[in-house]
Amino acid sequence: MSAFSDSLIQKEAWSGLMMGNHALVRAMIESGVMVVSAYPGSPTPEIGEALLSVPEEQRPYHFEYSTNEKVAIETAFGASINGHLSACFFKSVGLNVALDSYVQMPLLELTGGMVVILGDDPGANSSQNEQDNRHIARRAYSPMFEPGTPAEAYRMFKAAAALSQKYKILVTLRMTTHVCHAREVIRFDALPQHDYDWTPRYNPPHYLAYWPITSNVFPLKRKTFAKLAAIEKDACSSEFTEEWAPNGKAPIGGRRLGLISFGIPAYSLLENLDESGASIDILKLGITYPLPMERILNFLREHDDVLLLEELDRVFEPEIKSACFDAGITCKLHTRTEVEHLMGEFVPHRTWALLSALWPEAFAPRMAAAPAQEKVAPRVAQMCPGCGHRSAFHAVRELIEQEYPGAITVADIGCHTLGSLEPYNMGTVLLCMGHSNGTAAGMTIGNSVEKVGDKARPVITFIGDSTLFHAGLPAIINAAIYNHNITLVVMENYTTAMTGHQPTHANGEYGDKLNIPDVLEKCGVEFIRSVPAYQQDAIKDALREAIANPGFSVVIAKHPCMLKFLREKARKLARQKVMAPRS
Amino acid sequence: MADVNAKFSMNIYLCGVGGQGIGLLSEVLIRSCMEAGHPVKGVDTHGLAQRGGIVASQVKIGARLFTPRIPPGEADLIVALERLEAYRGIVAMLKEGGTVVYYDTEYQPIGVRMGRDQYPAAEELEAAVAARGGRLERVHLEDLPDPRMQNTALLGRLSSLGAIPGVSAEIIENNLRAVVSPAALEANLEVFRRCSHAPVASQG
Repeated sequence: MSAFSDSLIQKEAWSGLMMGNHALVRAMIESGVMVVSAYPGSPTPEIGEALLSVPEEQRPYHFEYSTNEKVAIETAFGASINGHLSACFFKSVGLNVALDSYVQMPLLELTGGMVVILGDDPGANSSQNEQDNRHIARRAYSPMFEPGTPAEAYRMFKAAAALSQKYKILVTLRMTTHVCHAREVIRFDALPQHDYDWTPRYNPPHYLAYWPITSNVFPLKRKTFAKLAAIEKDACSSEFTEEWAPNGKAPIGGRRLGLISFGIPAYSLLENLDESGASIDILKLGITYPLPMERILNFLREHDDVLLLEELDRVFEPEIKSACFDAGITCKLHTRTEVEHLMGEFVPHRTWALLSALWPEAFAPRMAAAPAQEKVAPRVAQMCPGCGHRSAFHAVRELIEQEYPGAITVADIGCHTLGSLEPYNMGTVLLCMGHSNGTAAGMTIGNSVEKVGDKARPVITFIGDSTLFHAGLPAIINAAIYNHNITLVVMENYTTAMTGHQPTHANGEYGDKLNIPDVLEKCGVEFIRSVPAYQQDAIKDALREAIANPGFSVVIAKHPCMLKFLREKARKLARQKVMAPRS
Repeated sequence: MADVNAKFSMNIYLCGVGGQGIGLLSEVLIRSCMEAGHPVKGVDTHGLAQRGGIVASQVKIGARLFTPRIPPGEADLIVALERLEAYRGIVAMLKEGGTVVYYDTEYQPIGVRMGRDQYPAAEELEAAVAARGGRLERVHLEDLPDPRMQNTALLGRLSSLGAIPGVSAEIIENNLRAVVSPAALEANLEVFRRCSHAPVASQG
């Protein structure tokens, strides 16, 4: 028990410094969330860290890391239709994994309420893309909230949970990396009394209520569209649809200027206005699907020139422009003009540049600083000293250079993805979690001595243990059944290392039921060798044998994550030290 | 509460290499700024911190705060845990006339190890700071008991310099007690006191 976890479950209202991700956990507890599920991924793992910091016997909620995002969202869904308020969190691309289930949920009656927290990543700080999940919420008809600060994240989660319970609809809270990781002083409310009734209340009013099959799709859609229409009205009167006039409403040069934005970009604009002193109004959106269109149109009617500032894709722009067309609005609506504006985060110095291009009299153009004369050596992430992946990659690389010069290597997601970088350059194709053996299967087709003679090239894939259970198994089973000629190297380090050592389903923290060689064997893999990652000759021998074996072959390179192992050891030592009297 | 000028503002940029303890450094600094009566916002701005990558954290204090982000070239104070990262911070973030306090230790990136890139010497940092009209403070303890205390040594020097108005040695100590694990606290306090009390010249 720590002061931090105490503060998460403290009954009285209080005020203190909190990171966005951690503030969400206080919001969950205040809302009475009973079930939380997740798969770890930046920028959201600190939510799990805070949930786990509360001692198990004092947690009003059940929390689990699922095998992947799809399982996580289904777990939260099951809890919700059993009458329990639930939440689920993962990173931006995690929604792609959960998508098949996510798109169904807003059509169904989520009787307990449910909120999905997404950690989107404008700027691609720690993701393989910067996909804009505002599109996906629309495609699935899930109402969306978008906070711009940790304090807003806290308040919006509570509002999202309440909205979800009111309309029994799935609500999505879209965080972005620097809302997740920002820290500020937040005023937290007192903890309301919740009864935490675990009685299963699954009770469909009709046998088709949770059964979205052909004849049922239209009735379900009608119901959801009716909910969205009501929520749009709520959004118009929501406390999160705010109008800011920081410098008064006087027009500039006879023209009334305005800004429409949301999330962090809205605060960047506010900072710019504070600096410039220009009297320009901001309409700041909080519920961004459905858009509070009546408020937006009224704002446009009251202004002559308005800049709509979105971050990433043009999602609101077509919706607002078509509504303007229908309403005959004459306000000049400015939007972003350059391809560069469709990428990266809108931090204050970038929004200033946009504003000064549009209204130079209010926002004096700033000369871009001359590029610095000094040359600074780049630093890219690397595998840690002692990491077993390093040793395994070294052996694979040496073997390929010396004996299989044309070999193709395919990476997967995890710490071992760093093997693609110098000095190993192993694993040069990458899509997403679990792709490696599917992609590799395609690369083996026709790639045989019979068909192309000595032009045939070995195909070697890499996958970590957590990714193997997350999304790796379907492609492994496929490769085993068709006997695709792939050599898979499983990089087993007994943890989910990249995101901060969350347990994997195979590392012993859940018991020893999942032994990777046993699992692979049951999946139909016939060739399996396990070798310690630090025995390079043994790795090379196993690989030679695997490559010579026609068909799907697996070499497991085992070594515990040294970062985790050494930290645990240091903690143990420190505990012993603190117990002993100081000399 | 310290007597804080309502117009006072300061941008503090913290940087280093993953695993050096930037999280603790920024947590203690933010809490100390708060205790000194400054309004404060912070944000961590790194990606893969644990994997030997660059870590950076931004702290803004002042009465008019909207976002926690510091624009390039606008850091009044840079606190760096490593020499190359200090250099990177100076080049990208240091404001004209700003102060840099860095711990002089070396973690070579792969490009340097492979002989392709140059690792900067202390003189290059001096030149870069001088070109920006700033002040450079080097911290290095030959007998530091544990490299994980480099962040604490920096906190000590920040306090002896009075780098952040109102943030006294006493306030930083209070927050070290709140943030550092009990097992490591005494040793950290010892390092902190050495660096915060000793005259600046004798520490190099």
